Amino acid sequence: MVAYIVRRVIGAVLLLAITTMVTFGIFFLVPRLAGQTTDQIAAQYVGRDPSPEEITLTKRRLGLDDPLVVQYGRFVKGLVAGTDYSYGPNTEFCPPPCFGYSFKYQRAVWPDLVDRFPVTLSLAVGAAAIWLVAGVAIGVLSALRKGTVFDRAAMITALAGVSLPIFFTGLLTLAFIRPEGVVFVPFTENPPAWAGNLLLPWVTLAFLFAAGYARLTRATMLETVGEDYIRTARAKGLPERTVIGKHALRATMTPTLTMFGLDLGLLLGGAVLTESTYSLPGLGKYAVDAIRQNDLPQILGVTTLAAFFIVVANLVVDLLYAVVDPRVRLG
Amino acid sequence: MTVEITRPDAPDAFVAVRDLRVHFPTEDGLVRSVDGLSFRLDRGRTLGIVGESGSGKSVTSLAVLGLHNRRTARISGEIWLDGEELVAAPPERVRALRGKKMAMIFQDPLSSMHPYYTVGAQIVEAYRIHNDVSRKVARKHAIEMLGRVGIPQPARRVDDYPHQFSGGMRQRAMIAMALSCDPELLIADEPTTALDVTVQAQILDLIRDLQRDFDTAVIVITHDLGVVAELADDVLVMYAGRAVEYGGADDLFERPEHPYAWGLLGSMPRLDREPAERLLPIRGTPPSLINVPPGCAFHPRCAYCELTGGLSTTEVPPLTETAGGHLVACHLAPEKRREIWENDVRPTLESR
Repeated sequence: MVAYIVRRVIGAVLLLAITTMVTFGIFFLVPRLAGQTTDQIAAQYVGRDPSPEEITLTKRRLGLDDPLVVQYGRFVKGLVAGTDYSYGPNTEFCPPPCFGYSFKYQRAVWPDLVDRFPVTLSLAVGAAAIWLVAGVAIGVLSALRKGTVFDRAAMITALAGVSLPIFFTGLLTLAFIRPEGVVFVPFTENPPAWAGNLLLPWVTLAFLFAAGYARLTRATMLETVGEDYIRTARAKGLPERTVIGKHALRATMTPTLTMFGLDLGLLLGGAVLTESTYSLPGLGKYAVDAIRQNDLPQILGVTTLAAFFIVVANLVVDLLYAVVDPRVRLG
Repeated sequence: MTVEITRPDAPDAFVAVRDLRVHFPTEDGLVRSVDGLSFRLDRGRTLGIVGESGSGKSVTSLAVLGLHNRRTARISGEIWLDGEELVAAPPERVRALRGKKMAMIFQDPLSSMHPYYTVGAQIVEAYRIHNDVSRKVARKHAIEMLGRVGIPQPARRVDDYPHQFSGGMRQRAMIAMALSCDPELLIADEPTTALDVTVQAQILDLIRDLQRDFDTAVIVITHDLGVVAELADDVLVMYAGRAVEYGGADDLFERPEHPYAWGLLGSMPRLDREPAERLLPIRGTPPSLINVPPGCAFHPRCAYCELTGGLSTTEVPPLTETAGGHLVACHLAPEKRREIWENDVRPTLESR
């Protein structure tokens, strides 16, 4: 078990290293491949109508003429050890993890990310809790009442859930349920206000995902109740609620977990749309703004951070597999 | 829980099944899996139910335990267990008896155990539903049961998962689970089919030993006449949901009277015969349970069908007594059947 964990953690670290390389490569290599000169790249950071002197200065300051490997090394060094940034006459130390400075705002990227992280985390955790509970519960009930009005209604609603985009459902809820909009109140300050404000975004985001879980749970449940070990559980004289709630439900956890691991990656995409729709100051909205303004350090920062969380979340999911399914432990 | 008042027509046998019918309505028609089956069984005795796939053996055993889904199965007739009728009893009452008074061992011990729970946890669970004891006491009991069914180092193996057990060990664990509450009726549905031949004999020995210790009534369901010869006191031969022959094991092996039983005996491999000889399979395939052949359901496959003067194609033969306690459902006259067995079938079987 320990060896398994160690192996998985090493794999996760490698994966993260590759992710930063690819991300870095995309943002620094692709413009060059597209034929942009370093002058043109540097010009993007300076502002409107830059003078040639400014461009040369920026180019030197950013080290844009250095080989890509050196630039990547500098980026990694910043992440791990921090780095010195000089603009104009001043030099400032950017503590690790340093994602560089936003050139539009001339401030470090990392503190901004830290500021916005609680918003996205709150959104993701709440929505995930709602969609897991609601999706699994609806799926189980649908399977047990297969072919009834409840089953059909639930599955049609589920279909609507997967089909309707967040900005549509989100705008509908804003228009009809909470026209005054929502604001983010940190959990540490006022938990009821935190939950009250986030409830609508949670439900909107969860609606998209819960549908898939309801359908998956229903299908797995229908398959599981035909298994021999369910018959054994009944033959022991277990009450039906234990047969379903314990023996059958346990078996549906593996596919649910698999899907959850995959959805964690999509969750960020969902967060982008949800945060934009409800104007919540989270990482998703930060990413959208960064891309709109072509602020490369910001984009690189938020992408790396997102990759980090997806990798970590998948690591946790993989370790949970071993907890859920004892047959994984030996492998 | 209301105690069932003993009905005046309650049978004196420990287990008695009367005119049991289990039908499944489907889109293609009504599947008559069991169609008018009766048998009885006393404590400490073993009944072997034999038949091909689809003859209704397993459906019968699931009906006794009340494991059929009431929404998909239509069950009628009577099932008596120790003076209590189960078909009309409330499901909650049958559930309370299940695992406690009657238990079951299934065919495939790997798929019959929950892969996500330890063997010990599954036995503990079975014990604690019916006995109000602490987890610790139940665990001790589980270890004791595992030791009893011959699992070495039970205190260590109790925390293993089913996939860490070998096939034979798994079936032993299943037996330990089934016997954890001292059931008075044990149903073994093809208990050795999924096992190695060497392990089969061990499991059969185990069932026999445990039966002697606990004075359990055992129903063993199988298509393997070897298992029946090993365990059963009485034998019930089923065909297309009905009993075609029912009697003592000696009657069935020494004086079988139904052509289907002859066929089963002929298709059984014998180690004491020349291996080069061919088996005598029963021609044809088991009938559809939706369109059961009219008359005797076996007549399309019966070599002696002609001798009944057409009766076997029109009328269902009743199960009637041919000699003390030996029942046969066949239109052939008893003398004729014995004559065919002695002069025709038996010499063929023995000359192989």
